[in-house]
Amino acid sequence: MKAGMKVTVLYFASVKEQLGKAREELELPAGVATVEAVRAHLRERGGVWAETLGESRRISAAVNEDMVAPGARISAGDEIAFFPPVTGG
Amino acid sequence: MKVSVQQDDFDLSTEVRAFRKNPKIGAIATFVGTVREVPMTLEHYPGMTRKALEKIVREAQARWQVLDCTVIHRYGPLQPCDQIVLVAVASPHRGDAFAACEFIMDYLKTQAPFWKKEQTAEGERWVEARASDDAAAARWRS
Repeated sequence: MKAGMKVTVLYFASVKEQLGKAREELELPAGVATVEAVRAHLRERGGVWAETLGESRRISAAVNEDMVAPGARISAGDEIAFFPPVTGG
Repeated sequence: MKVSVQQDDFDLSTEVRAFRKNPKIGAIATFVGTVREVPMTLEHYPGMTRKALEKIVREAQARWQVLDCTVIHRYGPLQPCDQIVLVAVASPHRGDAFAACEFIMDYLKTQAPFWKKEQTAEGERWVEARASDDAAAARWRS
């Protein structure tokens, strides 16, 4: 069985506040290889995680500082970020 | 080309004056966004913000004749009437300058990782993304 990847996960704005966390180092279980799979994996923690990252919530994601679609693949060492839709300008 | 993500305020005249060294430029379009009514704090994703803004500027350069361009976006606490964002585009003719300036603003609104939190009388609240901003960015894709 392939060992899981280590990644860094960042949270911003309302997502960060609801989760009470800005950043964590995470070892993903084998088979978790896309952004949406990481989000689903985090939801399994239950509580605020299930709620904040719930499927009905509009959450955007970036991998290594590039905005990506949910199906984007991730690699070991990647920096993954979850945040609400942006509101700058 | 200049992209800056900063806490400090900026001066429109200074930024525009910097363009006026290139005699090929015949049109400069500028947009300044300001804080409306409610004090706010702007959070951003350091590292990604600059990269995202540079990518948007490159897309504008690929579509229109852009001889020079400045994008400045502030973060941190801001008061009503404070300046938030500047987009200035210099082109040979006004059509390109107007279009590129509007394109950059529309894309910035949906692609650059900034989030506004308003300090209202009832307490703090995160500003919700607007569907009209998505629609504004989408119309450039057709």
